[in-house]
Amino acid sequence: MLDYLVSIALTAGIYAIFALGLNLQWGYAGLLNFGHVAFMAMGAYVTVLLSMNGIPLLPAVLAGMILAGAAGAFLGMATLRLREDYLAIVTIGFSEILRFILLNWSSLTRGSFGLFGYPRPFQDLVGIRDYNLFLAGLVLAVLLLVYMLLETLARSPWGRVLKSIRDDEAVAISLGKNAFSYKVQALALGSAIAALSGSLLAFYLQYINPNNFQPIETFYAWIMVIMGGSGNNRGTILGALILWGFFSTTRFMEGYLSFSPTASSGARMVLIGLILIGMMMFRPQGLLGRKEELSIGK
Amino acid sequence: MANEVLSAISVCKGFGGILALDHCSIRVEEGDIVGLIGPNGAGKSTLFDVISGFLPPDAGSIVFSGREILGLPAYKIARLGLVRTFQIPRSLMRMTVLENMMLGAQGQAGERLYIPLIRRHKVMAQEKEIREKAEEILEFFDLRRMRDEYAGSLSGGQKKMLEMARALMADPRLLLLDEPFAGVNPALADRLIERIRILKEKGLSIIIIEHAIPYVLALSDELYVLNKGRVLASGRPDAVISDRRVFEAYLGEGA
Repeated sequence: MLDYLVSIALTAGIYAIFALGLNLQWGYAGLLNFGHVAFMAMGAYVTVLLSMNGIPLLPAVLAGMILAGAAGAFLGMATLRLREDYLAIVTIGFSEILRFILLNWSSLTRGSFGLFGYPRPFQDLVGIRDYNLFLAGLVLAVLLLVYMLLETLARSPWGRVLKSIRDDEAVAISLGKNAFSYKVQALALGSAIAALSGSLLAFYLQYINPNNFQPIETFYAWIMVIMGGSGNNRGTILGALILWGFFSTTRFMEGYLSFSPTASSGARMVLIGLILIGMMMFRPQGLLGRKEELSIGK
Repeated sequence: MANEVLSAISVCKGFGGILALDHCSIRVEEGDIVGLIGPNGAGKSTLFDVISGFLPPDAGSIVFSGREILGLPAYKIARLGLVRTFQIPRSLMRMTVLENMMLGAQGQAGERLYIPLIRRHKVMAQEKEIREKAEEILEFFDLRRMRDEYAGSLSGGQKKMLEMARALMADPRLLLLDEPFAGVNPALADRLIERIRILKEKGLSIIIIEHAIPYVLALSDELYVLNKGRVLASGRPDAVISDRRVFEAYLGEGA
């Protein structure tokens, strides 16, 4: 039972960090990032590859974050002067291009065989038996830190400018705010946070391969953000907890049903789809979102 | 002679085959209110878009506070003290009235990504100052009691007021008001005229686009009439308004 709770804490915690990066971009800045998983993959691969080559873990994690942040900023600079949906198209393309590069650059990534046997933080100190428990603690600490960082920013003048861009970019510009720069900043910071979650995911899985980073992962993050309430950091964390709770309990129930594994994973997605549709009908603002923010204006 | 705040010279802007602005020139003296009228499609809002940097002109020159601003990005023009409002009120619907106001303040250290994380006290102190200023201006526009409401829940007239109030937060030197009286009920409009006069007395220069001619006449020191992208007439309001050509532009030739 403890193992079960620890595994939920780990996956939900890692995905909560991942989704918090997206919530900054979508919930606060209104940016359509459909390739969020690419930055998670960058974090995971950069950390693992550097640490396998003798770089200590902390700098390896930071390098992944910086690289992902730079990539996010670059994609933003290339597309944000165009209409907003171009960012969505370019980011989803980027995430698939990156996955195929990881699959095919075998000399570096070992392709679909994946990477394993890489260092994990404090693995000698903690020992293998309690390692997941330790890692869950680490993940929750990082989650708390990221949450506090984002809450501070959301309540700051910086966050206010971001929200104004989400509501009406022309107003922000007319009041002297460089909207373009703020959008690039939000993309860079959100991508760096996704990279951090990627490093943690690599530590947890002990084995990474490019197919861990399919586009569906991006949309899991979207489900978490929308379910919890866009622009609400606590909601996003709740969304992650609910989605992973749902995944693990339904997996648990599979034993009692006579579905084949493919059918049951399909049924699970159908169920999530139905829940989301129901939510859009009866609680469109998300679990913790504020209704006024949806019903006013327009 | 008073100082010149703005001088737009021979500005041209075409959309496809249509010349929205055709060698249009306009100047504003320090502390003056300049009225801008003309039939629909005369190019008034386009002129605002060009002056404020939201649209690049095809030709011309725009000098603000002695500096050529043509080609500067819109946000930089706003920072220089040339602030515009929009014809259709653009409140930030999902932000409160107070948040809308506080956004307008210039020179906020906390708008840099890292400052709120490392200089919390400085940011908090500045926020307090900005909040006090915002409440003062809201009071001036009778909006203070609405400060915690979502801007999206205000009435049309209140949104217009909020937009003007928010622009004032930026301490503009020249304010461009695009139809400030549209959607404002007559009782409120009279109070708005008083307030605009007070702003003028404080030294603010203003250009007003307005269809309601009586309000423009009540406020303007100078009046420009635009028609088909050109300045049809300009000068003292009473002289301009009795010009036969202005009459014809509105009602058609031979009217």
